[in-house]
Amino acid sequence: MNRVLMGIILVLALVSGATFAGSLPAGAGFSPTLVAQVPGGRVTVDFWYGLTRPLGDILEGIAFDFNNSQTKYRVNPAFKGAYPETMQAAIAAFRAGNAPHIVQMFEVGTATMMAAQGAIKPVYQLFKEAGVSFDPSIYLPAVRGYYSSPDGKMISMPFNSSTPITFYNKDAFRRAGLDPEKPPQTWAELRAAATRIRQTNAAPCGFTMAWPTWTNLENFSAIHDVPLATKMNGFEGMDTEMQTNSPLHVRHLQTLMDMHREGTFKYGGRDSAGDALFPSGECAIIHGSSGLRARVIREAKFSWGVTYLPYHDDVKGAPKNSIIGGASFWVMTSPRRTADEYKAVAEFFKFISQPEIVAKWHMETGFVPITFPGMTLVQALGYWQANPGADIPFKQLTRSRPTRNTMGLRLGNMPEIRVIFYEEWEKAFQGTQTAKQAMDAATRRSNEVLRRFERANAP
Amino acid sequence: MTKRSIFNNKVLPYVLLAPQLAITIVFFFWPAGQAVAQSLLRQNPFGTRTAFVWFENFVHVLSDDAYLQAVGNTILFSGAVILLAMGSGLLLAVTADKPIRGAGVYKTLLIWPYAVAPAVAASLWLFIFHPTIGILGRTLNQVGIHWDYTLNGTQALLLVILAAAWKQVSYNFIFFLAGLQSIPRSVLEAASVDGATPRQRFWKVIFPLLSPTTFFLIVVNVIFAFFDTFGVIHSLTRGGPAKATETLIYKVYVDGVVNLDLGGSSAQSVILLLVVITLTAMQFRYIERRVHY
Repeated sequence: MNRVLMGIILVLALVSGATFAGSLPAGAGFSPTLVAQVPGGRVTVDFWYGLTRPLGDILEGIAFDFNNSQTKYRVNPAFKGAYPETMQAAIAAFRAGNAPHIVQMFEVGTATMMAAQGAIKPVYQLFKEAGVSFDPSIYLPAVRGYYSSPDGKMISMPFNSSTPITFYNKDAFRRAGLDPEKPPQTWAELRAAATRIRQTNAAPCGFTMAWPTWTNLENFSAIHDVPLATKMNGFEGMDTEMQTNSPLHVRHLQTLMDMHREGTFKYGGRDSAGDALFPSGECAIIHGSSGLRARVIREAKFSWGVTYLPYHDDVKGAPKNSIIGGASFWVMTSPRRTADEYKAVAEFFKFISQPEIVAKWHMETGFVPITFPGMTLVQALGYWQANPGADIPFKQLTRSRPTRNTMGLRLGNMPEIRVIFYEEWEKAFQGTQTAKQAMDAATRRSNEVLRRFERANAP
Repeated sequence: MTKRSIFNNKVLPYVLLAPQLAITIVFFFWPAGQAVAQSLLRQNPFGTRTAFVWFENFVHVLSDDAYLQAVGNTILFSGAVILLAMGSGLLLAVTADKPIRGAGVYKTLLIWPYAVAPAVAASLWLFIFHPTIGILGRTLNQVGIHWDYTLNGTQALLLVILAAAWKQVSYNFIFFLAGLQSIPRSVLEAASVDGATPRQRFWKVIFPLLSPTTFFLIVVNVIFAFFDTFGVIHSLTRGGPAKATETLIYKVYVDGVVNLDLGGSSAQSVILLLVVITLTAMQFRYIERRVHY
């Protein structure tokens, strides 16, 4: 009896030992990204993206169009959470040796990705090695410059570039006695409009914003032609320092705090949390991504319009062009990648840069057409005539020749810096610190983050 | 001849322990070892650049204002959660132990919150207390109380304390109830006969006899408040607003996963590990002496 028991237990121990031994080497054999090169089967490529619905669905549609247009390659799109979560997932996957082939990374992750020399494959190199033709000059200068190295070589593949604009509720304007065809262009006008809307109770809330730091700090600096950070906002070197405690920046935060106190501005929360407040009709004016357009079309039960972001008209040189947001596609390396897989990625990138795809993406979402042929196609189709206001993002991006302050930004650990500004602004809106204290604290803390990035990444 | 109770086999105990040991090594010792190793390095997020920096990460962490704020938050948060969860658990156990109608129903229902996952529990509280979409949240604002935990740090801390304590009350309740039921009735009857009031009966007879349970629960609750409350905080406030609800464990997550500072985050992990080991050791040394077994 004892021996039988011993025998059973030994067998169980052996089985469990074998299971553990088999699963300990990380990734080998169990990885779903291991390409099964069945003869006659397709080369598969994993594509992680961070766009939520409805934009994510449209993006998946484009991936499926690519799959259906040929038989050699297949792109598998997977939603990994919003942009910050997708970035974390990609980094964790790379560290585990399981990086996806393509990852959509938001624009503020650019510096972190560019500094990761061995982890990413620059796009110009990808096309050259795969033998696929690629012409970077078809891209708008603002877009091309953002994602290229200082010597002009494209590192990541632009795709969805947006810019922040103002959406406003025309019905609420009418109810408040404001002219719905003459939306506010300056901050003074916006504040007056929001005040009027609250006085007449045309809407429960006058003005809000989504992505507060992107719309009202980064783009604010660009529109008013003031630097966000030294060294051309970080393009020229990692030893950049924040310039966000300038009098103009402090004054703007003070304006927002005053509006918050008087009830004309409602802080909608971090990142895209403020998006929900406009299509529901709660807030009459919102600063949001041009990509919000898709959601507004689907959900708004009122007539609405778009216009440029406002500017302080007593600042010399304002308004200049805004800077892009959105994301680009990065190619990640892995020890197990084959040349065929890179070729598949190159073909997919070529597919999405065609004017038809660029135009379709713009017309179905609110992202701008990022190539000149794409833009020409959109105009030829008469889309901008039929949809007044759809060209506002494009016009705001190309409104002026880019200056040193309006090329964009390339700051390391930018997601962390954004959170720092969110925290200090939230304290200011709560009334626990002044605008100057908030901007000073945020600038100081952000500089520490930049120094840490520099230490960890400087060659 | 009496049956001897000495176990003859030398190998069998190890074989039986092997699966559990394997799990402990793979899921506890291996990651802990990696954390200690990582805390002595400075790496870029992708791990392509590594530098050995001795204790620089620890120095940075301990001299960081945000870390000291997290320590303060953790002490406040943990103290409140432990007191609230154990106090409520004890009160409910004492009340449910009485011979009242429907006692069985109460006992069953009071155990249910323990089965709810922390993130789900936090979402439930969010849907009740959110200033815009929560039932009570909207009511409070309409009545005139400025309830907005997304901007007000004190309200946020209050909310996560309540949500975390609510989760743990059931666990404490079960153990206290079991402890109460193991107290012999004869002791209580003797106390009544001797003229003790209900209050004296509780504090002088029941509570000392409950001390093994209480001691065990203190140890478990401390560990819960320090570590298992991550899910509640992440789902409700994400450490905000302005780090008001950022406890030590949440800061480890933010610095490591979101800010990609793995060296600093690992250093915080190691410090937290040492703190909890010390706390538990102190509990065993000082409080266990006062436990009546």
